[in-house]
Amino acid sequence: MEHRFEQATGQLIVRMPREVDHHSSGQLKQETEALMGRYPVRGLVFDFRDTVFMDSSGIGVILGRCRNLRFAGGRTRAIHLNRQIQKIFQISGLHKVIDVEL
Amino acid sequence: MVRKEMKMEFTSQSENEGFARVAVGAFIAGLNPTVDELADVKTAVSEAVTNAIIHGYDQKEGKIFITCQVAENQVEICVIDTGCGIADIEKAKEPLYTTRPELERSGMGFTFMEAFMDEVWVASRVGEGTRVTMRKRIGKA
Ligand SMILES: Nc1ncnc2c1ncn2[C@@H]1O[C@H](COP(=O)(O)OP(=O)(O)OP(=O)(O)O)[C@@H](O)[C@H]1O
Ligand SMILES: [Mg+2]
Repeated sequence: MEHRFEQATGQLIVRMPREVDHHSSGQLKQETEALMGRYPVRGLVFDFRDTVFMDSSGIGVILGRCRNLRFAGGRTRAIHLNRQIQKIFQISGLHKVIDVEL
Repeated sequence: MVRKEMKMEFTSQSENEGFARVAVGAFIAGLNPTVDELADVKTAVSEAVTNAIIHGYDQKEGKIFITCQVAENQVEICVIDTGCGIADIEKAKEPLYTTRPELERSGMGFTFMEAFMDEVWVASRVGEGTRVTMRKRIGKA
């Protein structure tokens, strides 16, 4: 999984896989957790620019990391969502919990 | 009225989730679905298949069966497992209800199936398995 950490702002940007489903979400969760342990993360950004599909499996991954970061006072964002992923965010209410930029 | 049908059977590994979505998507291509309609159907299939793998078979090996029929402008998809079954179907369908919060499941699968398809029926018996039947009209917009 590609990622970038911006020292100045404390932002960790994670490139989401092409398809976020139960099959890919285990590794996604593990790698994101590992990165959050390695860097002093103040903001977490899930970048969906490469992602064509996400189902409910993605919700747990995002919410779980968002909660962990919130304990430390950090914010979570999701960017570059396609229409299918926007629908998933809207129906699940995820768009009310984390900041979304299309 | 021309009626086309396909059946598939596969083992319950998570790799097969993507395969199931793509296979159903390819099968309904003849109905000329819009990009959004195709995404809706693939999401619903993914939810039902994932449920069979995680809940039905508790991530152990089992078989999943999908039948898919298209007639006129309608698609009907059945996703079947012979796993543990659901004791309270109404409860299971409630948004945010999940029996596996420790696996970070969010309890949104049935809600998505109902949002993305026109009709969803669930038949299940504890110890025997679960059948989810979903219908959607394609090209109604
Ligand atoms: N095929 C199945 N076999 C047995 N139990 C099932 C099956 N499908 C669903 N369930 C039960 O219904 C509950 C709700 O399913 P639903 O898909 O809505 O949420 P989830 O799978 O728990 O979470 P999510 O889909 O958001 O990851 C599950 O937690 C499970 O207890
Ligand atoms: Mg589910």
